[in-house]
Amino acid sequence: MKILVCISNVPDTTTKITFTDNNTQFNNNGVQFILNPYDEIALARAIELTDGGNGTVTVINVGEATTEPTIRKALAIGATDAVRVNAKPHDAWYVAYQVAEYVKANPFDLILTGRESIDYNGSKVSGMIGELLDLPSVSIIKKLDIEGDKVTVEREIEGGKEVLTIPLPIVAGTAEGVAEPKIPNMRGIVSARTKPLNIIEPVEVKTFSEIISYETPAPRGHVKLVSADETAKLVDLLHEEARVI
Amino acid sequence: MSVLIYTENADGKFKKSTFEAVSYARAIADQNNTNLVAISIGEVSKDELTALGKYGAEKVLNVSNAKLKNFINQAYASVIAEAAKKQGADVIVLSNSFSGRGLAPRIAVKLEAGLADGAVSLPEQSNGKFTVKKTAFSGKAFAVVELTSANKVISLTPNSYKVVEKSVTSAVEDFAAEGNASDFKALIKEIVRSTDKVSLPDADIVVSGGRGLKGPENWGMVEELAELLGAALACSKPVSDSGWRPHSEHVGQTGIAVSPNLYIAIGISGAIQHLAGVSSSKVIVVINKDPEAPFFKVADYGIVGDAFEVVPKLIAAIKEYKASV
Repeated sequence: MKILVCISNVPDTTTKITFTDNNTQFNNNGVQFILNPYDEIALARAIELTDGGNGTVTVINVGEATTEPTIRKALAIGATDAVRVNAKPHDAWYVAYQVAEYVKANPFDLILTGRESIDYNGSKVSGMIGELLDLPSVSIIKKLDIEGDKVTVEREIEGGKEVLTIPLPIVAGTAEGVAEPKIPNMRGIVSARTKPLNIIEPVEVKTFSEIISYETPAPRGHVKLVSADETAKLVDLLHEEARVI
Repeated sequence: MSVLIYTENADGKFKKSTFEAVSYARAIADQNNTNLVAISIGEVSKDELTALGKYGAEKVLNVSNAKLKNFINQAYASVIAEAAKKQGADVIVLSNSFSGRGLAPRIAVKLEAGLADGAVSLPEQSNGKFTVKKTAFSGKAFAVVELTSANKVISLTPNSYKVVEKSVTSAVEDFAAEGNASDFKALIKEIVRSTDKVSLPDADIVVSGGRGLKGPENWGMVEELAELLGAALACSKPVSDSGWRPHSEHVGQTGIAVSPNLYIAIGISGAIQHLAGVSSSKVIVVINKDPEAPFFKVADYGIVGDAFEVVPKLIAAIKEYKASV
């Protein structure tokens, strides 16, 4: 079994998000970058599925050289090898196109992404890769099992779940529940330094979107405190003032 | 040129988020002085389809092919892209629901369209530029994205655009579409939908519990409060990580982002990752015994007190209010 896991390099979840240049650039000054938490779930499941010499896990990242610590982390967690497409990840279309081109030349049985990256939250890359390769894609899965050449996934739907069986290969975006993220051990960290990281150049592709600027949410006014004995007053405020009940 | 709206149904019924998306698509059609065409796939009654005219859809394409009864994103994307081409639609709108997220990227690739996912307001169109504001950094910010392609796909964040009634004369037409043979590899084995529960991403009111509730056995009062308000249940990450509640209820940066009218947080301190997922809630109420809890800084209303005392009193007050109206 050959599994490809697409990984993103994203600001740590504790990051306070700010912008520079008149709100046109993300301010990465002092920001710690991490392996996207949903991609960690994908990687963990890929490692479980190939456990005991039952296959390989390749991680692929579209990014500049600054993403290499994150790629090494994925190798330390247990990926077999890594590929970095040497380019700025312009948008989801650009990233999906690069990955799809790589897969055309290097076929995989299963392609995993996180359900979304925690920076742009698009949930787009898995579906786009699927469409570009004419493969089935499932965007947000909570469970993934493989039996023979078939994969069974559980996907979230509003107020419930749906179970699908699909012949491999497929593309899927993993969410919580698929696997517990793995913490690299000492042996992993040491071996990560010598595992293969192939750097390839991007293919040319048209782009269809540009980020023009950023905004931060409007600050809220001061909190109105109500005493614990005045819950009726809170209900009044929610009804009369806020008009939400 | 026209605008095409995919009207998602659940068990044959359109949901509020669908009407929001239709209203939103109508407004885009008005911006461009053009028509709004809706496409519905699956078993939906004629009455339900005709009712889309109330929100401004002049034409409703009905795809009732039995093969397409259940949602398969690959096949639905083929059908919607085909409809867009046949109708000459250059803007395609859908809801950024769980299914919408599986569908929009495939439609965008088929139509070589830029995709604005998770839009939160109407596009701005000036000097030939088409820009859309969308959520970014898991609710910590917004990004304004310019779509530079001729075709454009927009998926709308639920609860971010109000349903607007705008009655037009609406004609329902059958649209014969099959999808491609390679679109049907996925087989649906089981669909479990608990219709008695309010779905979290669409909910108008969300009641959320945190570690301050001390254990899963104490969720009874949270559930009672939610039921009284017709609210969906949610929780913080430590709660779902500890297995007290299912992951599907986890709201925050690595869980679900919600934008209800009212978010009630009980026993949640308000870590930055949790706040990211709730920042677009219209009104936030925080109940926490620690007056220094960071959640109070972003709340509209707060009660400093022990959840085990406050929540039963709040339940009583709401019962009283309900009895009075």
